[in-house]
Amino acid sequence: MSAADASLSSDHAVSPLDVEAIRRDFPIFSRTIRGQPLVFLDTAASAQKPRQVIDALLEFYESGYANIHRGIYQLSAEATTRFEGVRDTVQRFLGAADRREIVFVRNATEAINLVARSWGDAHLREGDEILISAMEHHANIVPWQMLCERVGSRLRVAPINERGELEVGAFEALLGERTKIVAITHVSNALGSIVPLHEIIPRAKSHGAMVLVDGAQAVPHAKVDVAALGCDFYAFSGHKLFGPTGSGVLYGRLPILEATPPFLGGGDMIETVSFERTTYAPVPQKFEAGTPDVAGVIGLGAAIDYLETIGLDRIELWESELLEYATEALEAIAGLRIIGTASDKAAVISFVLEGIHPHDIGTVLDQQGVAVRAGHHCAQPLMEVLGVPATVRASFSLYNTKQDVDALVKAIRTALELFA
Amino acid sequence: MNELRELYQATILDHNKKPRNFCELEDANRTADGHNPLCGDKLTLYLKVDAEDRVVDVGFQGSGCAISTASASLMTEFVKGKKRGEIEEDFIRFQELVTTGAGEAAGVETLGKLAVFSGVREYPMRVKCATLSWHTLRAALENTGATARTE
Repeated sequence: MSAADASLSSDHAVSPLDVEAIRRDFPIFSRTIRGQPLVFLDTAASAQKPRQVIDALLEFYESGYANIHRGIYQLSAEATTRFEGVRDTVQRFLGAADRREIVFVRNATEAINLVARSWGDAHLREGDEILISAMEHHANIVPWQMLCERVGSRLRVAPINERGELEVGAFEALLGERTKIVAITHVSNALGSIVPLHEIIPRAKSHGAMVLVDGAQAVPHAKVDVAALGCDFYAFSGHKLFGPTGSGVLYGRLPILEATPPFLGGGDMIETVSFERTTYAPVPQKFEAGTPDVAGVIGLGAAIDYLETIGLDRIELWESELLEYATEALEAIAGLRIIGTASDKAAVISFVLEGIHPHDIGTVLDQQGVAVRAGHHCAQPLMEVLGVPATVRASFSLYNTKQDVDALVKAIRTALELFA
Repeated sequence: MNELRELYQATILDHNKKPRNFCELEDANRTADGHNPLCGDKLTLYLKVDAEDRVVDVGFQGSGCAISTASASLMTEFVKGKKRGEIEEDFIRFQELVTTGAGEAAGVETLGKLAVFSGVREYPMRVKCATLSWHTLRAALENTGATARTE
């Protein structure tokens, strides 16, 4: 990531990652798939969980479990402290100014829906525009289309070039006084392209637009600083950050969250309720109706602690080394074409093989213990733009090794042999 | 590699490379589209059906994985000249073959070359690839004009 997108850069000396030690933290790697060691190259879909996260869940359920925010007994008070402690952790992790800017949701999808529904319904009118990019995940397309249907606003799409890079000039040309919000990914899940937010966000702001960043693919790869980015909303999923499923975060600038109506109604998000009238709790509780995924949030806290102990700068460095190694190895395969060759990329490689459908490649790879994603990656409009029905996607993370890349290459060669 | 060859039998690889009846029928009187939203596999089936509900000619177009392309290709060969009622029985038998394997007991020999798809049942994620063309065929015969979907 560029220096302005992330507070860390790789200029200073960073000690290398002890990948073997990290792998021992992930119990999943002790199992085999179809009789072979697991080569897991689908972290972009969801990350495996370290022992530290699994233990945090176990420990909470075994000896710390209670509902939060309401018990007068010790156990509930302890659970509340731990849950709210993760809010502080996430605030620090994202560089947010205030802990109240952290709203717990189920995942990035829910975070974006919250903004589209609550902020969008209150602020958008007929003729207003929402600007997204051509490489959004369905989660950052469909909620806005639904908003357009409700209020009569219009969805506009900033194009990408053939390398899978957002065209800043074309993006800027689409900004206007009708642009009320820019909703854009930080890192493309399908291509790995890193969006130059430091160029995009000031331009959007100068047109008075709000900016929501879908950070689901970005937070596991490099340090994110929402204050430095200058975005209004930032969404991510805990499960892609080595945390449990069901934990997710919406960051929102405090004055904006305060001016946004509630999302779901129910317990925990109220101040007083009578049959005539309800007043709402202050943020962030206003957006956290009902019992949240308490254990999931506690597990997310453990995941962030784990990553910070390792150091996101070291993870970023290792992943870029893997990306370089894998790109070179894959480019050497005749008939293989990498889809998405942005100059600034996270450790995600989408590719197609001439004459072999991605699903057949996926099956052949699975047979050899190599787990990849094959399909449209929840980005059907992007596949249309790229002119491919689907791609194979290999994504690399802190626990992947160069041997994993070698196994991928060997498995691809088997596919080529089978379909020769 | 052996397990892979169980799934991707030579007949399947051959029909994937050179799909038979891969054409639009100009005189088709029934057509249907099939779509597997999960994979992006798409196909259009063209049928010429006579007054006795017999498929006298059939063609298909589209793009998909080897399993779905070969399945469509072999299906077109298999159903040509058959009546709707017979095809319905074949459909059920084929579906059993690629899911539970029960089709084997219930007379796999009647499926002829289609038996090459028996390996699919080891790969539940791929069953929809094998059956897409059959769902589309059923939709065409019902002539509802709806797109057949595997989801």
